[in-house]
Amino acid sequence: MRQDILNDDSLTFAEKIISVRAEGGERVHRPGDITVIPADLAMAQDSTGPLAIKVFGEMGVPKVWDPSRIHLVIDHTFPASDEKVANLHHLMREFVKRHGVRLVEGSISHQHLLENHVVPGMVLFGADSHTCQGGAVGAFATGIGSSEMAAVWASGNLWVRVPESLKVNLTGQFKKGVYARDLISHFIGEVGEDGGNYRSIEWKGPGVKNLSMSSRACVSNNSMECGCKLSIFEVDPVTQDYFRSVNRKPMFEIHAGSKARYKDEQNIELDKLEPEVAEPGNVDKVKAVGEVEGTPVDEAFIGSSTNGRYEDLAVAAKILKGHKVKSGTRCIVTPASKHIFEQAINDGLAQIFLQSGAVFTNATCGACVGTHMGVLGDNEVCISSSPRNYVGRMGSMTSKIYLSSPATAAASAIEGKIADPRRYL
Amino acid sequence: MTTPNILKGRTWVWPDDVNTDIIIPFRFKARTNDPVEMAKYAMYGFDPEFYKKVKPGDIFVAGKNFGGGSSREQAPVAIKYSNVSAVVAESFARIFYRNCFAIGLPALEIPGISKQVKQFDEIEVNLQDWSVKTRDGKVHPALKVPEFLRGLMREGGLVEYYKHHKTFPWEKLETASITS
Repeated sequence: MRQDILNDDSLTFAEKIISVRAEGGERVHRPGDITVIPADLAMAQDSTGPLAIKVFGEMGVPKVWDPSRIHLVIDHTFPASDEKVANLHHLMREFVKRHGVRLVEGSISHQHLLENHVVPGMVLFGADSHTCQGGAVGAFATGIGSSEMAAVWASGNLWVRVPESLKVNLTGQFKKGVYARDLISHFIGEVGEDGGNYRSIEWKGPGVKNLSMSSRACVSNNSMECGCKLSIFEVDPVTQDYFRSVNRKPMFEIHAGSKARYKDEQNIELDKLEPEVAEPGNVDKVKAVGEVEGTPVDEAFIGSSTNGRYEDLAVAAKILKGHKVKSGTRCIVTPASKHIFEQAINDGLAQIFLQSGAVFTNATCGACVGTHMGVLGDNEVCISSSPRNYVGRMGSMTSKIYLSSPATAAASAIEGKIADPRRYL
Repeated sequence: MTTPNILKGRTWVWPDDVNTDIIIPFRFKARTNDPVEMAKYAMYGFDPEFYKKVKPGDIFVAGKNFGGGSSREQAPVAIKYSNVSAVVAESFARIFYRNCFAIGLPALEIPGISKQVKQFDEIEVNLQDWSVKTRDGKVHPALKVPEFLRGLMREGGLVEYYKHHKTFPWEKLETASITS
């Protein structure tokens, strides 16, 4: 690995990691260059994996490049909701038996990989758009489709185009009732749903130190909603503390140069943010909660890879404690991993959810993808901490989804209408 | 099977920001591994009957950010197996764009194109010149794409390419470049 490239003051994170990981690692790659990088991890889940398995079979590749680096995760519809889904899950388990790759059931892929495998400097390809969550720890993590995943299984590498980078300077810290989800919703509202397309986003500035690992994972995950390729937090003391706590070590650290060239720069003052809500249909129709307060909701969903972490559940529990979910409204709480599920039981959060009248489910993508555990009927309205509010995403094509932080969703569950969480904190 | 160089067809014009949940909702794509079955739900978010109305060789023309959101390859697969021959858009979301090449569905990026075309116009996509000829005879060049990707698309995508070459097109790649 070329140390001079890592030390080059003129390079962005994306330029550095692609340059040093590219085959040979002998030259600097600039935006627009296309090169080939090796995969350290390759992940597919139960709605992309079955197609990748089919394609892999059609290619006629006899065996995978490295079974220990391939993860098949059954998370989107776990446990199976019906026999068609069950048959596709079966196909995945058969592939696992045949090729010896890793099988994970019942934790959301991105959270499972964060808790157990992803480290700074790593290259992760995932057949799931929210794979970019891995950028939260300074990894090159990006989403691809099923055929390219099959090709990675066969070859262990893939072509990448070096992206232009966008720098976001954060200052200050969140006020009461405002969270990482409000930050990323605000950002997407500003840049629009294709504002990060083909780009690498670097989160920088003095405000970054005030974002926990859980917050960073939320931001990197949900950055996908502006189309980005990477969403990066460089290694800092928060990252180091996290890896000490999980007893894993970085591969190596990459820090963008101080003279790196960015396509665009933005400043966000964390103190100025409000609880934010995206209106139904598009992720970038973002408003302060006050503008949509009072809208009646049939369902409040707290969960998903964007916002189903322990910190999210803890905030929701703090708000729900001593309150009841409004009669006629259902509140569904779905942790992002088995680990979080267990913590929530051990620490008494589960008890609070049950006492409030909420449903506390196993870890799965669940209601977010509109196929089980909280599907919306005709004209129903949901407020959700999940990443997408597209037409029909959570069920009926006439249902409507507002997106918010877990806190805003929990407050809304109590009132049966969109509510400002600050009243409950 | 190699894709012909000139594709003539009737257009379907779509707006900006057509996401992959509109192209094929999760609940349908997560319950089948059969491309022909996927095609029955193509463009379901706009018109559940689309599959009955589309004709072989039809061409999509869309606004900006076509195929945003989920990485689901079932989206371009559903379009391809509807017998749509090509997708032209002002811009594509990045994963969808990669998926098109990976499955051999021609995808051409032409800023401004959706304003030049009306629903059911006859247009011509030229895969040799990487351009589109609209009804008025005007030729609109698409943004450049490296030859290895165009070759991959012409040969029908990764499955066909690998069966033929026993390797992937990027494995012998010297650094290529996209000027954008």
